[in-house]
Amino acid sequence: MPESAGVPLIEMRGISKAYQTGGVPLWALRQVDFEVPRGDFVAIMGASGSGKSTLMNLLGCLDRPTSGRYRLAGRDVYRTDSNGLATIRNRYIGFVFHTLNLLARTSAVENVELPLVYAGVRARTRHQLAVEALQRVGLGARLQHHPSQLSGGQQQRVAIARALVMRPPLLLADEPTGNLDSRTSLEVMALFQELGRQGVTVVLVTHEPDIAAFARRIVVMRDGAIRSDLPNVSKDAAAMQAEGQLVEPR
Amino acid sequence: MSFNQTLLIAIRALLLNKLRSFLTGLGIIIGVAAVVAMVAVGEGAKDQMKSVFSSLGTNLLILLPGASSAGGMRGGFGTQPTITWSDLDAIRQQVPTARYVAAVLRTGAQVVGDQENWGTTVYGTSPDYFGIRDWKTTLGALFVDSDVRSGTKVADIGQTVSDQLFGPGANPIGKTIRIRNIPFTVIGLLAPKGQSPMGQDYDDCVYVPQTSFAEKIQGGLRQFVSGITEVSADSSQDTAKCEGQIEALLRERHHLRSGQADDFSIRNLTEMENASQQGMQTLSLLLSSIAAVSLLVGGIGIMNIMLVSVTERTREIGLRMAIGAKPLHIMAQFLVEAVTLSVIGGLIGIGLGSTIAWRLAATFGWHVSLRPDVMAVAMVFAAIVGVAFGLYPARKASRLNPIEALRYE
Ligand SMILES: Nc1ncnc2c1ncn2[C@@H]1O[C@H](COP(=O)(O)OP(=O)(O)OP(=O)(O)O)[C@@H](O)[C@H]1O
Ligand SMILES: [Mg+2]
Repeated sequence: MPESAGVPLIEMRGISKAYQTGGVPLWALRQVDFEVPRGDFVAIMGASGSGKSTLMNLLGCLDRPTSGRYRLAGRDVYRTDSNGLATIRNRYIGFVFHTLNLLARTSAVENVELPLVYAGVRARTRHQLAVEALQRVGLGARLQHHPSQLSGGQQQRVAIARALVMRPPLLLADEPTGNLDSRTSLEVMALFQELGRQGVTVVLVTHEPDIAAFARRIVVMRDGAIRSDLPNVSKDAAAMQAEGQLVEPR
Repeated sequence: MSFNQTLLIAIRALLLNKLRSFLTGLGIIIGVAAVVAMVAVGEGAKDQMKSVFSSLGTNLLILLPGASSAGGMRGGFGTQPTITWSDLDAIRQQVPTARYVAAVLRTGAQVVGDQENWGTTVYGTSPDYFGIRDWKTTLGALFVDSDVRSGTKVADIGQTVSDQLFGPGANPIGKTIRIRNIPFTVIGLLAPKGQSPMGQDYDDCVYVPQTSFAEKIQGGLRQFVSGITEVSADSSQDTAKCEGQIEALLRERHHLRSGQADDFSIRNLTEMENASQQGMQTLSLLLSSIAAVSLLVGGIGIMNIMLVSVTERTREIGLRMAIGAKPLHIMAQFLVEAVTLSVIGGLIGIGLGSTIAWRLAATFGWHVSLRPDVMAVAMVFAAIVGVAFGLYPARKASRLNPIEALRYE
């Protein structure tokens, strides 16, 4: 993306979001300014109801704010119509949301193929890319399984494969390890860190400090505003995995 | 995103709910099947009627002796002889639009050949009759006017009679047949006409000159024509005119005063045919409106189920939108689903309708005629119904907000 070598990937200015419930506006976000340079790995933390998911939905171009500006890769997001937003979601963003699960009664490969379908990729290439993405998350042997035939962790990995298959510059994850055991969580974090090394920008929401520890930057939210935004000396998930294998008997 | 891909998604969605899809398509299936079957039966009846009328001869008037009035306690047509042979001559000479005039006398009789005998119908008529029917011989010749004038004992026989009396394939020309013990010489074998749509064998007949018939078979030459008279007008436009002229002429000849009823009646087959065609037309109009209503009901069924389906799959729609489906993609997906449903319903309907028509034909011996153009129109209508009633649910789906759709419980 040469258009924006010096520009941050994400640039939000004065973003506010109000939900109308029973006539009274509920401000889920209040004048948030948020910037993420390319290749960063940010963890967003905060109490329940502090506005993390609302912010993620806006970052993912799934929703429009009440006010504020958002530039993604130098493009003014809210200038485009719903078709434009769909294209941005398809090309620039990979989602791993717990609310964004898989299509039921549809095989893992076909689920992973979906973004490629809407990008207009030909069937053969599509299948090949989807299989590669599933192999990357360690599900090469579960291609034809339907979601109901996969464990929660496996389903989450299919969702990650789907988020990665278009090779988007931005990966958004809202509590991606919520349903996973600690070992699988470690695997997922190692995968995210690996993507970060490859230049993918990762923003994830988590309640667990252990998970946030893998990020290079930790943002804490409260009452719809950013309370703190600090760099973090990240732990190396891959190294921990290697150690874990040494420690773990057999 | 290609059309094939959209179609694939639609078919999958329909297959996930097979029973529901089938029930939804049932309205269309029944509508189309009804159109196809009813039109097939209707057209078959029309064809059959047409062939009945055309087998009788073109531009035909039938002149019957006896009163035409239905009032009082009169006998049916033809019970009292009122038309004389000289009436027929007068029609021949004074009605210019009457091209052929032929008395048709008939009786059932046992006909004896060399060894065999066979019960058949014997007709006494004039050569004009063969003109009306456009009938030729395969062997020999038809009798001519001079045979009628001099009352020769010659006969033209049908293929069935020839086969029965002389064996299949035999040449009957020159053989003698006895009708009521009177010997007639066979001079012609009539070209086979096959069966009438009602199953009557046109070839089971013997034709002799009307004079010989009246004299030898009926017994005694009489003044009156004891049978019907067929008149063929020059053209179908002329039939009404010809009818009027004959009526005026006969009233004059029978000295009927104005106010007095005719002592004969004339049936105009062209008008009867037109009337029956018109009846058919009305019937098909009625059937078409029934079909239109059932297609409409089918369309409402499709709309209903598509709305349910959009609601049920709100989360799926949100998911597809989140990973890059444009509103148009979502719209296409649901629209194609609705149209697929109605088109498949239409195809099943065509199959079902044809089967029903075919079964009716086999069971009741009805004539049915399957009409590809009607099937095509029914299909187009089914597709239009799919589009018309799928549009609203599809639009509704495409206008969902992704986040609200994803949150939908
Ligand atoms: N669709 C909505 N309509 C009304 N209010 C909403 C809606 N979505 C979120 N909210 C409110 O906005 C606030 C922020 O919600 P949000 O989902 O962003 O919180 P969160 O930080 O993600 O919480 P959690 O950690 O529990 O997921 C909450 O008070 C919530 O009740
Ligand atoms: Mg949340």
